[in-house]
Amino acid sequence: MSFFDVKGRAGRGVAAILFVAVLAAPTHALERGSVAPPFDLDGTKGAVKLAKHQGKLVYLDFWASWCAPCRQSFGWMNEMQAKYAMQGLQVIAINVDEKRDDALRFLSSNPASFVVAFDPAGATPLSYRVMGMPTSLLIGTDGKVISEHIGFKDADKIALEEKIRLSLGISGAGK
Amino acid sequence: MNSGFDRRPGKHADLAVVAILCALSGGCTLLTPVQPWQKGTLARPEMTFGGDSLDLKNSEHVYQNREAASGGSGVGGGGCGCN
Repeated sequence: MSFFDVKGRAGRGVAAILFVAVLAAPTHALERGSVAPPFDLDGTKGAVKLAKHQGKLVYLDFWASWCAPCRQSFGWMNEMQAKYAMQGLQVIAINVDEKRDDALRFLSSNPASFVVAFDPAGATPLSYRVMGMPTSLLIGTDGKVISEHIGFKDADKIALEEKIRLSLGISGAGK
Repeated sequence: MNSGFDRRPGKHADLAVVAILCALSGGCTLLTPVQPWQKGTLARPEMTFGGDSLDLKNSEHVYQNREAASGGSGVGGGGCGCN
């Protein structure tokens, strides 16, 4: 049947178009060593700019009130901020809730001693190509991405702290 | 007599098929997948199975009556002979 000729030639064409479309989709997270995209957001204590924190090791965290592991990470981030602030660590947590009230309710039961910013439009997670919630990135003093971590479990804490210590140039075991 | 029934498509028909498929798949570009940070609504309790116990009871009741499947979702009356 001649109809199958169509499948042969045209089908291959369509397959090629779909293949290119799949390749073109942004499915990769930010690469190590790439410059962290700048942001200028509204925060709990005024504007939050990444540029303002250049020269510090930035632990950037994307969180939402509906994200259960985010709740676990807040205590740990408070701990890290207190422990390594003197050595130059700055924790910045960007909230991606659509409603500010949801975020504020979360913050009232999970107080944060670090910088909190709000991005209801989701422009920042898009520019950082966030692949899951929560996502955290370590941004070096030169403004380049050192590492990225998706999710948050108790078991991740040791490795994450070790990365912070390494990036701060602290040798030896923690705690 | 094969003049009217010769439906072999020519080159132009091939192109037309490709063009139609491209146009149709082009519509898919309007659908952008939900991004990880946009899943606040999906994370609401009512979006899960059994998120609302009253609603669950109601649908179970309707199922049992309409399907004559009394007790099918529990142990008692499920044909286990233990009742």
